[in-house]
Amino acid sequence: MTQSPVGSRWTSRTVVHVLLVLAALYAVLPLVWLVTSATKSVGDFSTTGAFEFGQFNLGANLSALFTQENGVFLAWIRNSLLYAGLGAVLGSFICAACGYAIAKLDFPGRRALFAVTLAGVLVPTTALALPLYLLASQLHVVGTFWAVFVPLLTNPFGVYLARVYAEAAVPGEVLEAARTDGAGELRTFFTIGLPMMRPGLVTIFLFQFVGIWNNFFLPLVMLTDPKLFPMSLGLYQWSTRVTQFPQYNPLVITGSLLAVLPLAAAFVLLHRQWRSGLAAGSVK
Amino acid sequence: MTVLTPERAASVPAPAGSGAPARGRRGRGRAGLVLVAPFALLLTATVLVPIGYALYLSLFTDRLSGLGFSGPTQAFVALGNYAGVLTDSAFHASLGNVALFVVVHIPIMLGLALLLALLIDSAVVRLRRLWSLAVFLPYAVPTVITGLIWAYLYSPGSGLTALLPIDPLGKTGILPSIVNIATWQWVGYNMIIFYTALQAVPRDVLEAARADGAGGFRTAWSVKVPMIRPTMFVALVFTVIGSLQLFTEPLVLRGFTGSVTSTWSPSLYVYEAAFIANDYGRAAAASVLLALVSALLSALVMRLSNRRSR
Repeated sequence: MTQSPVGSRWTSRTVVHVLLVLAALYAVLPLVWLVTSATKSVGDFSTTGAFEFGQFNLGANLSALFTQENGVFLAWIRNSLLYAGLGAVLGSFICAACGYAIAKLDFPGRRALFAVTLAGVLVPTTALALPLYLLASQLHVVGTFWAVFVPLLTNPFGVYLARVYAEAAVPGEVLEAARTDGAGELRTFFTIGLPMMRPGLVTIFLFQFVGIWNNFFLPLVMLTDPKLFPMSLGLYQWSTRVTQFPQYNPLVITGSLLAVLPLAAAFVLLHRQWRSGLAAGSVK
Repeated sequence: MTVLTPERAASVPAPAGSGAPARGRRGRGRAGLVLVAPFALLLTATVLVPIGYALYLSLFTDRLSGLGFSGPTQAFVALGNYAGVLTDSAFHASLGNVALFVVVHIPIMLGLALLLALLIDSAVVRLRRLWSLAVFLPYAVPTVITGLIWAYLYSPGSGLTALLPIDPLGKTGILPSIVNIATWQWVGYNMIIFYTALQAVPRDVLEAARADGAGGFRTAWSVKVPMIRPTMFVALVFTVIGSLQLFTEPLVLRGFTGSVTSTWSPSLYVYEAAFIANDYGRAAAASVLLALVSALLSALVMRLSNRRSR
């Protein structure tokens, strides 16, 4: 109160920025550690400080990573891209169709479906892992690509978001106009509804991609063949060996860096799109 | 397949009767069913049927008959598995751990997320995008890798352990260590959610607060926070559900320390019962209990949120 307005404004500006710098350091320093550690040899890893560089050994680490177990890491990258990429494309499309229909079309069971979808958002996925595993084993698909891929397509929260986007972005008059022009309902969805929902769909796609990319419990339960592992499961399996075999340390760390980079880059590059999509979804 | 083809009813010029609009509506209904069918099938096959199956399984137990040559047979035990889980001290311990985790993690993480969102939203801040992206970045790191990074940082020799009063991988240090991992991962995500909600606060309301002489802190606390309360409750529900499922972080740390038992959290308990002990009945009962607790807590939070907003 006694301070002049200019003085208090200056101090509060400083305090705010100091707090933000601390938060940013907390968030980023572990990732800096990941980068510096990925460049170290097994020896330097245990003898140099956490954030200092040792001898630059990234090339050797990378070649060790990609030759370990006949290059299984390359298969893990491919699998992660398949599970997450294909799953998110297909999953967000399924969400879009369902969300659009709930928002814009009248059909029997519409309210019930939306209610069950909202309840589905709240079901803990770890509680579903065991019954899913047993059902998959009765269908003889345990240990296959499909046992991981199909359950991760289900994205109730994506349907909720798609409904919000369809309500906000697709005006009823436009649909009425298409109907009087004689376009069928499905065609109207593909040619008018879907393109109008595109900004929101990018958000659904990105968050489903992250969800699948980061998923761990389902592959852990379903898969035994390392050739089908996504990166998260493969790196976890290697990490369980590091206390006995220190030579796995650079493999785990360099592999982790490679698993983090694409997502971090995608979020930074698509920053504006997912932010606006999240805003539209969270405000409603 | 012909049944699924939507009628092009609207293309027929309405013959001044009641038939055309009705057919249009029916066409809309069919198109709606076609569009929701893939998701409805997925939801049924991967959520509803598994829930039902878990309920069914939880009522049975495997018994080896005779010498075990004929394989195990299922025996109906009614609520026996539930009684077994509820009286299992390992399950109690796992619930205790996760309850403590929830009580410590949620206020710290959501409080920090709200504080950072308000800071970034305040009028004096420069480089908003830089701060929000930096704090958000850990969300993009897979949980397994988050666990691995921190496990290394917690290990002796990282330099971090020398700064800490307790061993982060020791018996007492392990819970704060897991809280820190989850907080690091989720604070930026929730900060972005809060920040986007803050940006939707009408500017004239803030102008009015300023005209009434409210400073930045006062405006934040008495105007902005109440207006984003619904968003905060949604974030709270999701955080509670996510926290109850705590699994990956303790599992990864198990590779680095003996302080995390094989049944440390309820999800680990389910995993241990199902895939190590192969006791499906007990695992199913624990899964159902986990889902029940989760549903009850979400209902409680929503009830609270409705009462508040009234």
